[in-house]
Amino acid sequence: MVNYYVRRTARVFVTVFLVASLTFGLVRLLPGGPFTLLRAQLLRQGVPADEVDARIANLQNIRPDEPLWQQYIDYMLALFQGNLGESISLGEPVVAVIAKAAPWTVFVVLVSTILVFVIGIFIGSLQAYWEGSRFDQLVTGVSISLMSLPFYVVAVIALYIFAYQLGWLPTAGTVSNSVERSLGVPFLVSALKHSILPIVSYTLGAAGGQALAMRGNSIQVLGNDYVQVARLRGLSDRRIATRYVARNAILPMYTGFLLLLGFRLGGTVILEQIFSYTGLGYYMITALNANDYPLMMGTFLVITVALVVGVFIADLTYSRIDPRISAGESDEAY
Amino acid sequence: MKPTETETTSVDWRSDSGSSADVTRKERLKEIYEAQIRTPAVIAWSDWRTRFGLLIIGVYLLMGLVAVLGLWREPSTSQAPRYLTLFENMNYPLGTTASGTDLMALIIHSTPSILIMITAGAVWATVIAVIIGTVAGYKGGRVDRGLMSFSDLVMAIPGLPLVIILAVTLNPENPVLLGVIINISYWAGLGRSLRSQVLTIRENNYVEASRTMGISTPRIIIKDVIPNLMPYVTVNFVFAARYVMFASVGLYFLGVLPYSTQNWGVTLNFAYSGGALFSLEAAHWLLAPMAAIMGLSLGLILLGQGLDRVFNPRVRTRMAGESKSTAEDDEDTVTEVL
Repeated sequence: MVNYYVRRTARVFVTVFLVASLTFGLVRLLPGGPFTLLRAQLLRQGVPADEVDARIANLQNIRPDEPLWQQYIDYMLALFQGNLGESISLGEPVVAVIAKAAPWTVFVVLVSTILVFVIGIFIGSLQAYWEGSRFDQLVTGVSISLMSLPFYVVAVIALYIFAYQLGWLPTAGTVSNSVERSLGVPFLVSALKHSILPIVSYTLGAAGGQALAMRGNSIQVLGNDYVQVARLRGLSDRRIATRYVARNAILPMYTGFLLLLGFRLGGTVILEQIFSYTGLGYYMITALNANDYPLMMGTFLVITVALVVGVFIADLTYSRIDPRISAGESDEAY
Repeated sequence: MKPTETETTSVDWRSDSGSSADVTRKERLKEIYEAQIRTPAVIAWSDWRTRFGLLIIGVYLLMGLVAVLGLWREPSTSQAPRYLTLFENMNYPLGTTASGTDLMALIIHSTPSILIMITAGAVWATVIAVIIGTVAGYKGGRVDRGLMSFSDLVMAIPGLPLVIILAVTLNPENPVLLGVIINISYWAGLGRSLRSQVLTIRENNYVEASRTMGISTPRIIIKDVIPNLMPYVTVNFVFAARYVMFASVGLYFLGVLPYSTQNWGVTLNFAYSGGALFSLEAAHWLLAPMAAIMGLSLGLILLGQGLDRVFNPRVRTRMAGESKSTAEDDEDTVTEVL
């Protein structure tokens, strides 16, 4: 079993390494090479060519005149030391920008994903218990309509109603400018107020989908023999509901959680843009529009690392939650 | 109905020539038709979700046809008075934008490229997933480990950011290419779940029989393994299509994807940046593309849910039980429980 943990941990590093290499390759593929635009601009301003090259090297830790393999090694070494280069549009180190932005993204994604699961599991199991009732039909209908609304549509509608028309909640930003940026009650209240709309709009549709999944799983579990036996044994409904049904119905959803996390982390690119919520996704688009490749690749890399670590944690805990889980590899080759 | 009749006559004519193998072939064809096409279709149609989903998708196909045949005017600026609201002028039923473009035309002329894109993306995702999932699950061992490590790697890259970077790099305008790029990593999760299903399927007696008979691996996978997966694949095809639509409209909305043709996301983007959020008189400009997106995704979800029920053995026996008495006992017990 120790072997499994070692292999799993090694895979995290391999994945991050490969993705970093991918970003290196992609920078080269980008229209007109990494810094052609900037280079032309600086040369036009009369900056000598040597200095231009030095400046660009500073930005991305790459010297354009070196052979490709040398560039690659320089790039990877710099990454390893936590140096992501310097943002062209903001004039700050990329790491500093990301350090400011990442907590907001993690906060929104984490809170909304937990809400999705709590709401989905709760509503779904109620539906399963009352299968076919008015409540079940109504909630299924609501869930399906919520699922057919992309979150950005919900976000735009919510922004329109609650921020612009009613003025109850702020329209943009993570905290209001008047609040001091230190941990205190006014800061927390302001942060919470700014995050309500992003979190709610990111939760609704996904919660509907999870409720439907939970409903299906629970109905399947309810039909199992061991539930019948538990009933015959005269166990309390509560015990059956929590120990026998809920546990088995939730397990399949846990693996889905991994996929969901990836989609949701990526989805912040759109979400944060709508609310001008300055998280990772917001900066990624900003960088994209400004042709700021170091910042763009940096945010991409950090979002990926966040996802890899999230999946890693979920994987390690999964075998603890479900003792029946095997290594999951088929050794017999055909 | 028509295809079967011709089929029967042609086979009858052949059986007159004396070979008895053709008779069994005819029966086989008929059986396959009954089991694979007719029964599922009947069950599918009996579920209101499938019916409704197909109806909605049909409407969108019709819209696409209208656009392709040019039955509705092309969208262009100042073709109508500015800011007409819903149904104010029946020539422009959905109203017009700030620049006096007919919204109905925008919506209709966006449809063909979106339909092509979601089909391409869904086909790509499911085909790759089926290939990877079945080969990994069936072969096992080193092949399995290699393929699964690869799909884990792909799964570890967040989808939308990767799509954005690829879109900037490759600048795709062709809807087929765009659909493929949007779903470039979608197959990984699906492939993984297909593989775990193949792990149980490959233990079946008939698979073992085929293997001992020395039938080649690709043939076993195609003949014995994939038919068992079809239900799951069909349902996921629909969901993959839905994902392409959500993602593409979202990215067009952000203004990240290059566009040469109209798209609901582009309309949404113009409405959003054109200030439709601030005034009620322009609200229809936002609502029209939103309704178009919602409608199509509702259709896809309903179809997916309906198909899911068709392929669910419990529901299937419950529905087909009266007409067909040869339901497997295994399925019967499941029906009994609930």
